[in-house]
Amino acid sequence: MRLRISFAKTDAMRYTSHLDLHKTWERTIRRTGLPLVYSQGFNPRPKLQLASALPLGFTSDSEVLDAWFAETDLSITQILEAMQKAAPPGLQIHNVTEIDSTKPPLQTQVRSAEYVITLLESVPNLEVCLESRLSDSSLPRQRRGKPYDLRPLIETLSLLLPDEQGRSRIAMRLSAREAATGRPEEVLAALGISPESTRIHRSHLIFDE
Amino acid sequence: MLAPSEILSRLERLLPTVQKPGRYTGGELNQVVKDWDSVKTRVALVFPDIYDLGMSNLGLAILYDLLNQCPEVLAERAFSPWVDMETAMRSIGLPLFSLESKHPLIDFDIVGFSLPYETLYTNTLNALDLAGIPLFSSDRTAKDPLVIAGGHAAFNPEPMHAFIDAFVIGEGEEVIHEIVSVHQAWREQKVNREDLLHSLAGIQGVYVPAFYRAHYNSDGTFSRMERLWEGAANPVIKRIVAQLPPPLTRFIVPYIDTVHNRIPIEIMRGCTRGCRFCHAGMITRPVRERPMDEIVNAVEQAIAQTGFEEIGLLSLSSSDYTQVVDLVQTVNQRFVGRHLSISLPSLRIETVSVDLMDAVMDERRSGFTLAPEAATERMRRIINKPVSTEQLMETARAIFSRGWPTLKLYFMIGHPSETMEDVQAVADLCKAVLAEGRKVLGGRATVHAGVSTFVPKPHTPFQWVPSETIENIRAKQGLLKRQMHTPGLKLTWTPPEETLLEAWLSRGDRRMAQVIFAAWQRGARFDAWKDGFNYQAWMDAFTETGLDPAFYTHRQRLPFETFPWEHISTTLRKKFLFDDYLRSQREETLDDCRQGCFACGILPAFAGVRRQHPGDIWKCPDVSPRPQMKAQDLTKSEALG
Repeated sequence: MRLRISFAKTDAMRYTSHLDLHKTWERTIRRTGLPLVYSQGFNPRPKLQLASALPLGFTSDSEVLDAWFAETDLSITQILEAMQKAAPPGLQIHNVTEIDSTKPPLQTQVRSAEYVITLLESVPNLEVCLESRLSDSSLPRQRRGKPYDLRPLIETLSLLLPDEQGRSRIAMRLSAREAATGRPEEVLAALGISPESTRIHRSHLIFDE
Repeated sequence: MLAPSEILSRLERLLPTVQKPGRYTGGELNQVVKDWDSVKTRVALVFPDIYDLGMSNLGLAILYDLLNQCPEVLAERAFSPWVDMETAMRSIGLPLFSLESKHPLIDFDIVGFSLPYETLYTNTLNALDLAGIPLFSSDRTAKDPLVIAGGHAAFNPEPMHAFIDAFVIGEGEEVIHEIVSVHQAWREQKVNREDLLHSLAGIQGVYVPAFYRAHYNSDGTFSRMERLWEGAANPVIKRIVAQLPPPLTRFIVPYIDTVHNRIPIEIMRGCTRGCRFCHAGMITRPVRERPMDEIVNAVEQAIAQTGFEEIGLLSLSSSDYTQVVDLVQTVNQRFVGRHLSISLPSLRIETVSVDLMDAVMDERRSGFTLAPEAATERMRRIINKPVSTEQLMETARAIFSRGWPTLKLYFMIGHPSETMEDVQAVADLCKAVLAEGRKVLGGRATVHAGVSTFVPKPHTPFQWVPSETIENIRAKQGLLKRQMHTPGLKLTWTPPEETLLEAWLSRGDRRMAQVIFAAWQRGARFDAWKDGFNYQAWMDAFTETGLDPAFYTHRQRLPFETFPWEHISTTLRKKFLFDDYLRSQREETLDDCRQGCFACGILPAFAGVRRQHPGDIWKCPDVSPRPQMKAQDLTKSEALG
């Protein structure tokens, strides 16, 4: 049985790496007592697939995990409740649905990701800055020594209303395909904003289909 | 001092800029957060190394649980920040804080340090400094937290005497509550700090250094410990619990990977084997076992509460647990197919151990570890770990033929009276073991030799012997490196400078406190880390204080020398230790003392405690007055002969 679990990663959990998040899930499911399926072989691994790695320090309320279980008598609602009860602080499970096991791996289906960035310090002329970047036809940048063009990876970029504390917020949708993944820190850098003075939140993952 | 909300908001800014920010957030599953104002006593438990290591410390986890079970008490955790975080904290004036409520450490009533080994001493000073707590006990006032420490290294507390207000000697499960109630009573009376120290010194197993003064002979050796107050105990006798309480099961589950990310269940405390180099084996007597049902149920509960994939059934010598075969079979039946890995460390070198591991390992068969400690039978008699080489080879064959491709062998060099031939034997033995592995598994077989250097420890039969010199260590390691440069053999060793540091501190006296302080001032910290250890800072510290490092390490101590740690009693008689030292010089071994009592001293000292808990929990044999006399006579005559 393949279950698709959507969840949020918040608070201290945002400093749990992608690898450690796998472990967190394995442990959460072990605490529920639900029969997680493991791979065969010398070093069995739990069958878990996360849609898209969330960089360390980002929060999100749109993460998706596929997990394989042996048949159980529990209903989907009961499974959801068991998981919610077993989840550690900072991991909130929104919902669980059963999906067709023959569907392609989750990671290959991600198309884009939406982010909301809260600026902890005010940035002058923010709106002008955003528009000027959008009007650029290319944004040459380097990552790990490799040059690439950031501009085509930016699908949307706009200003949101400030939060309750009056801090400016930027929304962006970036390509999230394999070998064509836009990074919000890179966009911030292109805007002249230091990522350390921001909070980055992934608000939505968009899949094919 | 900063309010927790201010600490939190400064912390939030720092976290994205440092490595592994998950070390500093707290908030994990099973952490306990109590209302700060609703309790009478607030205790900060500090492991003076990074989170990744400290979270694996079982002692601290037990105290955290015990204290938080008291409605009037809260306990929170703190760890040393890694170098990058320390720099960041100092640059913005962020003091050391607790992970749970983000209170600065100086706001706590009691700050307790875990000191399992000596290389945490400079980190302890650094933690106090980062917390803004005066480093020297004598500089603290009634407004400062009470600073206590415990753990195996506290059995020679003298090098740290100047920085710690009170040491707990021995097991902390009961005494921690007594310390808290003494503190509560003192707070209600609003009296001075001296009164608190007096009350603490009245608790059995608590050592308050301020009530003692050390005297030295003209040759620099220790002469005697003077009591400055008649109420202070001399000696301070260690605390033990008569019976191990049920094991902890609600462990905090870290958000990030840590050193031992697992459920640790102590199946037994103490060891009856009497390996002469082994500090733990001498200071944790008597042997007390946990009932098997209690262990199995604890594993079940801990899995439900933590979800950890790995379980460690811990003790100093697992093979000696009376029902070890039953335990392993029961654990296996109960947990098979649940994708857990169960480790049973410290197994004896015999084929039965391979059967045990075979039964217990569910999956992931990677490495098997044995600790012969020395490579020749002569040397193993000297250290009282008598295993024949044939037995070792037979065990190795069994390990490889049951499918473990890697055999890890632990050795020590620098044992008393060791020659280059004994060191050569380490290389030869590893090659012979590898050849056996190759016969069974071909090129897949590997041998990993972990070769550390022996450090003579206080309260052991080897407390009299000189440490190996740095030149000899280098020569011996050089021989091993040359001889063991072979495919399939992997050699790891301890840098000799690190060994020397451990040796200075292990058998140091009160004067070493100045060296620790001077070394810390010169930037020494993270001494247990390869990239942290600053040998030059220590050498400069010795120069500054005018002390000779070799005096502490390379001097053969005289039979009748008084040691600076003798006012701390493990209850093992000095004569018992010395006789055993003489026995080692004659290459004679001492049997497992479950078979017959050798009158180490633990039983008469704790006769009352044992009487309160009759039954089979202590593994000391019953000793009637007459055979005990006999054993003593025997020891005497041996010493004379």
